[in-house]
Amino acid sequence: MTQHSSAAPAAAVGVGDPVLQTVGVTKSFGGVHALKGVDFELRAGEIHTLVGENGAGKSTLIKVLTGVYTPDGGEVRYAGETVHFRRPSDAQHVGISTIYQEVNLVPLLSVARNIFLGREPRRFGLIDVGAMNRRARELMAELGIDIDVTAELGRLGLGAQQMVALARAMSVDSRVVIMDEPTSSLESAEVDTLFRVARGLRDRGVGLVFVSHRLDELWELCDRVTILRDGEWVHTGPMTEMTRLDLVAKMLGRDIEEVRAEGATEFGSSHLQGGEPALLVSGLEVANRLHGVDLTVRPGEVVGLAGLLGSGRSETVKAVYGALKARSGEVTVAGRKVRTGSVRGALASGIALLSEDRKAEGIVPDLSVRDNIALAVLPRMSRAGVVSEARIDALVDTFMKRLRIKASSPDQKVRELSGGNQQKVLIARWLATEPTVFLLDEPTRGIDVGAKAEVQGLIDELAEQGLAVVLISSEMDELVEGADRIVVLHDGHVQAELDSTDLSSSELLAALAGDRETDSQTSTQAEGQHA
Amino acid sequence: MSTTMVDPATSNAPESALANRARFASLVQRQGALAIFVVVVAVASVSFDSFASQGNITGIAVQASFLAMLALGMTFVIMTGGIDLSVGSVFALGGVLAAWGAQHGTLVAFVLPLAVCGAIGLVQGLVIARGALPPFIVTLAGLLFARGLLLLLSDEGATTYKVPRGSSFRELAQGELLGIPYPVILVVVFFAIGGLVLHRTSYGASVLAIGGQEDAADLMGLPVVRTKVLTYVASALLAGFGGVMIASYTSSGVTILGVGTELEAIAAVVLGGTLLTGGAGTVLGTLVGVLLLQVIKNVINQIGSLDSDWQSVVSGTILLLVVTLQRVLTRGDRT
Ligand SMILES: Nc1ncnc2c1ncn2[C@@H]1O[C@H](COP(=O)(O)OP(=O)(O)OP(=O)(O)O)[C@@H](O)[C@H]1O
Ligand SMILES: [Mg+2]
Repeated sequence: MTQHSSAAPAAAVGVGDPVLQTVGVTKSFGGVHALKGVDFELRAGEIHTLVGENGAGKSTLIKVLTGVYTPDGGEVRYAGETVHFRRPSDAQHVGISTIYQEVNLVPLLSVARNIFLGREPRRFGLIDVGAMNRRARELMAELGIDIDVTAELGRLGLGAQQMVALARAMSVDSRVVIMDEPTSSLESAEVDTLFRVARGLRDRGVGLVFVSHRLDELWELCDRVTILRDGEWVHTGPMTEMTRLDLVAKMLGRDIEEVRAEGATEFGSSHLQGGEPALLVSGLEVANRLHGVDLTVRPGEVVGLAGLLGSGRSETVKAVYGALKARSGEVTVAGRKVRTGSVRGALASGIALLSEDRKAEGIVPDLSVRDNIALAVLPRMSRAGVVSEARIDALVDTFMKRLRIKASSPDQKVRELSGGNQQKVLIARWLATEPTVFLLDEPTRGIDVGAKAEVQGLIDELAEQGLAVVLISSEMDELVEGADRIVVLHDGHVQAELDSTDLSSSELLAALAGDRETDSQTSTQAEGQHA
Repeated sequence: MSTTMVDPATSNAPESALANRARFASLVQRQGALAIFVVVVAVASVSFDSFASQGNITGIAVQASFLAMLALGMTFVIMTGGIDLSVGSVFALGGVLAAWGAQHGTLVAFVLPLAVCGAIGLVQGLVIARGALPPFIVTLAGLLFARGLLLLLSDEGATTYKVPRGSSFRELAQGELLGIPYPVILVVVFFAIGGLVLHRTSYGASVLAIGGQEDAADLMGLPVVRTKVLTYVASALLAGFGGVMIASYTSSGVTILGVGTELEAIAAVVLGGTLLTGGAGTVLGTLVGVLLLQVIKNVINQIGSLDSDWQSVVSGTILLLVVTLQRVLTRGDRT
């Protein structure tokens, strides 16, 4: 790993010694007690996972550890000494690097700029742009990502942006690396890379904090676990001593038996499929992205879209929804042609899209939970322009309960919710519109096991009622169990169609991995040409 | 970058067409004003014999140099996602203070206006950055304050301070080097430094990051407050210095100057391709924007039959045109 600058000297911490700790930390926001006396201890040379439901206080704890928030009570210790970080740069200066939950980079600046912001390589006192770009290129190459480091970050997909955030975190010599849901928008190959990097850091004595709602990852990567529930410390111990059931039970605060009774995912078996296709897509082309995608979804059918980063899954649903301009191709809903390239047209035909980038394209952070949910149903809930407040309240209440949206009240601003709960609000918004065709791009990203099951259950229920669903998920289990049929995309066109009834996730993964090999060959060739 | 790169988020095929389009769009974003500027200059040189004369060109350059100083500061302010409405008044105040100060020596003529204007900028910057108040309101207050101070100093404009005959202070804007007036040289130097600061210093990097995504800049540990304060101080200092220059140029403190000049500065910045929402832009673009506005004024003056009110009408139209063009070309090419 390349080292670019070194952390300020602090007292020596041997492997296995505590490097970052909290003792009885409390934090409230108005009436919400996000942390109620949390003890946490990270040791040098371990990967420590923080686990808890959405809104349990994981991100808040991380922000207390890194100087974004000052704790109301308790203390933070670094290398054995009590510290008072007043702002994020204080924590960074002593060697704590953090990837926060939302991708927190600057979209208008180049990839290289984002990696080195605040600590650019210098020559004669001025930023050495050439060296900066070269190092950025090296870092991205180490991560196996082939991108133009001088391109605007905002032009990249979320996964690639997440990898840039990782590159930023590893570009400094840190004692502690904290990652809040870094894998939520990554594909399996990128997740592998991230794990490789994380293990490399651990082996050099760095302490890592890792948060993820993809529970399987925890056993693969982490050494110890701390469980939070409702802002309270519940458990700390080695990962190997925990079973999955045990973990989920502790995190939800329920009996093991109760949890055992529920399966891995909440999806039922296949749904009735009959009649005219609800959604018919033919020859959909988007400049440089899609090269003729065909797709048929019948009422009551869940069709999964699988593929690697860049295969065109998100682009397909965006183009169907009219958010991406299609060069040619036809979309019909229940036999009626939809005007392409127009979101209004798509909405009017009953197409709804839960998009991948919720932060940029969906949530209205300063509106309340209630208003965010009601936003899309307002036209339907009003008669002659007058909105029925009571009906909206009832609807909002149903969804808040059903999806377990954790908010102090329906009037709380969405900005103040935890990441996973913001996600649930958006799902609720679209579910409330009762669409004919529902396009779901990573619907369960960042939400905890309990709510995941609820969302999966809802999708199932809606399909049974005759809704046509297109499901994108990078979690193989979710695709295989949730979808009736899986369409594999590659490089902007349909490569294969698989019946998911007797397909296992590993078979699907293998099908995709076949793709990956051809890909890496081509990119190696391309690199050869560049050299 | 000499190679065509692949964007893993979108496609595995080289996206030359898309990249070209993006490149073209960003070219227009940055150089749209330059294109119009070239056309206007070409047409004007052909149509009016007097336009391309050395005297006229020098006149345009000197006239533009005052606005250029304000616009340079405004560029940085807008790049942080803010706005500075006070610069027109601060500019006028700087001029009056310089003319008054010149009676007590050239040093006073420099130090006094810069100190007062810098202080105004400091207060505005602190209130905006620490108090998290909207720049629009804070600098509107600054505008009123500076204008009021100026009226007090000049007895409601009744007193006009004169720079003493023979004062070396007059040299600043009236002298020249190899036939090039000092103000023009100063503008070139200041803009060169401005470009270097923006692209090659950590302060400049912070400015762009704050304008692009303030929360992220904060989480990345960038000095958000300090950067913003510095930016408003710089803006006020540049406006004040513009005032010093004009006092030297006119040998007096003209109190009616600078009304609405802040809006002209904003127009120049936007014409130059800086995003009004912050986070992207160049100082060179701003310079082109300033020159374009000045050339339009000059051309309309050349058409003797046209009232000078047409200057604003034409400038406004061109501003709208350029902004629309930028918008149309950058739309829909981000996913
Ligand atoms: N700025 C804030 N204002 C008000 N309440 C807040 C604020 N930030 C967090 N909270 C509340 O604190 C609680 C903990 O939130 P936190 O973001 O730490 O959860 P989390 O464990 O990270 O959840 P997730 O898995 O969804 O990311 C939530 O109830 C949330 O609503
Ligand atoms: Mg969180």
